[in-house]
Amino acid sequence: MSSATLEKNSSALADAESSAAHLVTVTFRIRRFNPEISDQAIWEDFQFQIDPKERVLDALHKIKWDLDGTLTFRRSCAHGICGSDAMRINGRNRLACKTLIKDINPHKPITVEPIKGLTVLKDLVVDMEPFFQAYRDVMPFLITTGNEPTRERQQSAEDRKRFDDTTKCILCAACTSSCPVFWNDGQYFGPAAIVGAHRFIFDSRDEGGEQRLEILNDRDGVWRCRTTFNCTEACPRGIEITKAIQEVKRALITRRF
Amino acid sequence: MATDTTPAINDAVPAYDVEHPAPLIEPPRARTSKTPKGSRTNFELYGWLFMRLSGIVLTVLVLGHLLIQLVIDGGVSRLGFAFVAGRWASPFWQAWDLVMLWLAMLHGANGLRTIINDYAERDQTRFWLKTVLYCATVWTILLGTLVIFTFDPNIR
Repeated sequence: MSSATLEKNSSALADAESSAAHLVTVTFRIRRFNPEISDQAIWEDFQFQIDPKERVLDALHKIKWDLDGTLTFRRSCAHGICGSDAMRINGRNRLACKTLIKDINPHKPITVEPIKGLTVLKDLVVDMEPFFQAYRDVMPFLITTGNEPTRERQQSAEDRKRFDDTTKCILCAACTSSCPVFWNDGQYFGPAAIVGAHRFIFDSRDEGGEQRLEILNDRDGVWRCRTTFNCTEACPRGIEITKAIQEVKRALITRRF
Repeated sequence: MATDTTPAINDAVPAYDVEHPAPLIEPPRARTSKTPKGSRTNFELYGWLFMRLSGIVLTVLVLGHLLIQLVIDGGVSRLGFAFVAGRWASPFWQAWDLVMLWLAMLHGANGLRTIINDYAERDQTRFWLKTVLYCATVWTILLGTLVIFTFDPNIR
């Protein structure tokens, strides 16, 4: 399987190299960290010719497959759905598989770093466990009472529309790891967990909204949000995250008063 | 092709290898399954709401205060003991100043509490910074309230 992909890709690369007119020379400045070699993270430069219409992920593939096999990063689907390859590219959190090289000025070195606020394990791979722990803490599953219905739980189009935006989340952690409150205090739930809670709080079929609101009402919940909009800017799915957080705040206040 | 931006360290015995990896760089206060669950109070909700509401009231109080003290009718040059004595003879200005004192102090203290929570990394640092903050706030509020209520224009 993987060798077939490799061959296909290298033949594609060979095709591209034969017609080199449209290629540009790009420097990729990558943050490397390998605890088996050093306790320090260093910047390493890779310079090569690449089609500017390629994505940053293609460049990382070229480095890993042709230049330096020790480069470590996560990617699964490579098409912006699995959320594995969120990284800090030119100082902003993006998905490497959705970022075209021409869109981020290939004439200057392109910096690639792991996302911030999580423990770096190697190169661009971080420990996602605290991120998923926060997600689990808001109980991101349907909670109902009473007997199971004998058919689907039906919902009107308007009711579905109420939480449509937050169903798009792919849990890439681009938002949470762009949040300055999360950088300073990992106990904060972070935008992604609140988005996950929002998706069920505003679902007309769900009956656990009260419990989730109670969880997000605590010290590390929605009240720590400073509305800096970093999360909304970082989201590769275009979710209006800050708005979703504000809606949870409003629900908490209107529940009280 | 690949060029290191930092020079490689040439040690005879490497400090770290596969058997002895370097310690990972942990972020401050990571969330784990042992992270304490919420206190189940509405303190943060009321704190957040207080900041918004007191902010609106303070805009009027502080701008009005500055206008009266610094701009209208000769401005800052007419301020003195007699001016303050004259104003605090009226219960209206006493109430104005009292409300402004309490709201501004609590608003500022809550804001600083938020900043300390966000930026103090160690538990000890956070605890002591907040202790100092609360003491200073209580002291200033009590002293100011005392002065407003016990002000004696015939003190000399």
